[in-house]
Amino acid sequence: MSQTPAEDLAPHRSRWQRLPIVSHLRISVGVQHGMLVVGLVLTGIFLLTALFAPLLAPYGFSQLRDDSGMFGAQQPPSSEHWLGTTQGGLDVLSRLIWGSRTALYVIVVAVAASIVIGVILGLISGYFGGWLDRTLIVIADAIYSFPSLLLAIVLAIVISGGQSDMWGGIFAAALSITVIFIPQYLRVTRAEVVRVKAEAFVESARVIGASNLRIMTKHVLRNATRTLPLILTLNASEAILTLAGLGFLGFGIEPTAAAEWGYDLNKSLSDVTSGIWWTSVFPGAAIVLVVLGLTLVGESLNDLADPRLRKRAAGAEPVEDLGVELPRTDEGAQTPREGTL
Amino acid sequence: MTTSVDTKAPEARREKSSGSLGRYIAVRALLIIPTVFILVTTVFVLMRSTGDPITAAQGGKLPPDQLAERIAQAGYDRPILVQYWDYLTDIASGDFGTTLSDHRPVTEVLTNFGAATLELAFYALIVAFALGIPLGRLAAYHRDKAPDAILRVSAILAYATPVFFAGLLLKLIFAVWLDVLPVAGRASTRTELELQLVDNPTNIYLIDALKTGDGAVIGDVLQHAVLPALALGLLTAGVFLRLVRTNVISTFGAGFIEAARSRGVPERRLLRKHAYRPALIPIVTVMGLQIALLLSGAVLTETTFEWKGLGFQLAQYLQARDFVAVQGIVALLAVIVALTNFFVDIIAALIDPRVRY
Repeated sequence: MSQTPAEDLAPHRSRWQRLPIVSHLRISVGVQHGMLVVGLVLTGIFLLTALFAPLLAPYGFSQLRDDSGMFGAQQPPSSEHWLGTTQGGLDVLSRLIWGSRTALYVIVVAVAASIVIGVILGLISGYFGGWLDRTLIVIADAIYSFPSLLLAIVLAIVISGGQSDMWGGIFAAALSITVIFIPQYLRVTRAEVVRVKAEAFVESARVIGASNLRIMTKHVLRNATRTLPLILTLNASEAILTLAGLGFLGFGIEPTAAAEWGYDLNKSLSDVTSGIWWTSVFPGAAIVLVVLGLTLVGESLNDLADPRLRKRAAGAEPVEDLGVELPRTDEGAQTPREGTL
Repeated sequence: MTTSVDTKAPEARREKSSGSLGRYIAVRALLIIPTVFILVTTVFVLMRSTGDPITAAQGGKLPPDQLAERIAQAGYDRPILVQYWDYLTDIASGDFGTTLSDHRPVTEVLTNFGAATLELAFYALIVAFALGIPLGRLAAYHRDKAPDAILRVSAILAYATPVFFAGLLLKLIFAVWLDVLPVAGRASTRTELELQLVDNPTNIYLIDALKTGDGAVIGDVLQHAVLPALALGLLTAGVFLRLVRTNVISTFGAGFIEAARSRGVPERRLLRKHAYRPALIPIVTVMGLQIALLLSGAVLTETTFEWKGLGFQLAQYLQARDFVAVQGIVALLAVIVALTNFFVDIIAALIDPRVRY
């Protein structure tokens, strides 16, 4: 169980084909393949929109007027404003596109910070054990059991007093999400470290006289990262939901500093009652599609990593059983199917 | 996982588990104390690191000398450790502070609005169970066929949709376009007035409405509950669906299923009886985590539907920058979450023989 399926079956394949997502695309079939592809496409669109926001957006995210005058508030979709305008007279499409950039910033900062801190703590906790390990686990469990949004609210108050400019808001949202994620990375890394630590090669490294730091980074960490891509995608989607939740409660980023979908949804609450749908449906749909894309990728990685849920392509080279006896009825009861989605 | 348990000698299992349940409960109960302590301390340290609550609420509105006077009055000029000790002893005696904006004890806010949140969470759980469990079984039964694919994508969609957006959509469709359900609130004004006349109101509207015995009142209360319950319940339903599906599929491969199959038990019955029940156990285990998710979701759902519960109130206090109230409510919720998790763990240990420490 110590290697990913791809490594098991293909030592001769190129580096490119052994990359996590690429190898998953190769071994998945049927519904799973479809889910992975849809997820990757949605995630790709999101990334491209975020990267090229200045080129794609027809107007600025806080732009109220152009050469022909004010945009006007709550205008229905038209040729000038494809998705209409908001209560405050902003272009919905532009805020949608710029909002993807804000979301991406938050994901990158939040996930990067929590991976670094969580993995380091998990390494230390799992490698040294003892009272330090137990203390860290109790704290991590306490934080993990807490409603994440409430914790994020408290941290948003701490970091920015609730309201802020673009980077202040992005860091407030990102760091409040980080605190929620650290326990997960800590737990996962720790579990892997405890597992890998017992392996013979770690023992032999210690006998040779390698330092703790070297064993941890060279031997343990390298072998303990297999579940990280999965948590990464799931956390990225959770980051977007938390950011939107904060924005919806009025604890996000000021509308003049950056575009943020949750904030726009909050402002559209009163529009809905009077039947104005375009101010809420589009930012909401943007959140759903991005989270959907990321979750589909994560789900597929999860299923493919779990031998009980993985299916085999008809005629494909057998995936080596990862030390787990596959129940015969499970696989034999059905013929492999393709393209059911 | 199941195979390793099944192969263990029955004597060894019994020996290991006998008498350990009591010890497990005791250890688990003792663990509540550090959990609550850590959460309460974290919230206190974080909130106080921004400065005192009076400045946050009134800063800029009052002249500096008046501000300083009010800070001194509330005791926020004392050393932080003294304040922390006071705070801990207050909490130990059940006092979670008094709100700044409307001068009410936080515990009173909780008893007034907690009932509404409880009611909403209860409805949402009904929706989650009623949709998630049968659909999860259906998906497992049609594994990798079209119904499974559709159900799985719907479950992921339910997860991907923020509760407040689901709420907005439901509102738009059923309350505005179709105009069949109320837009917001827990009851219409007339019903609320009628409910105030009930003796010993529980503030759980359904119970109060049942006490009046008036069909129109009960109907009104239920009508108002449909959309918020759906918005909040769909999220959890998606989680349940996925859990039930995965677990039915994996128990379907277990040894005892094969044994039953070789005895000639028909496939449908295998799925309905043999694989289904063990698959429900993990649901109890994840319920603990669902409580936290449900509370987060309730804050957002209540804001969407102006459902006057704890979450709605919390959002109001946040907007008013009343951080004493926020800190109090958050700390109190932390205690509730810790206690619920404890009970869920105990129930899981009682029904699942594999959970033993």
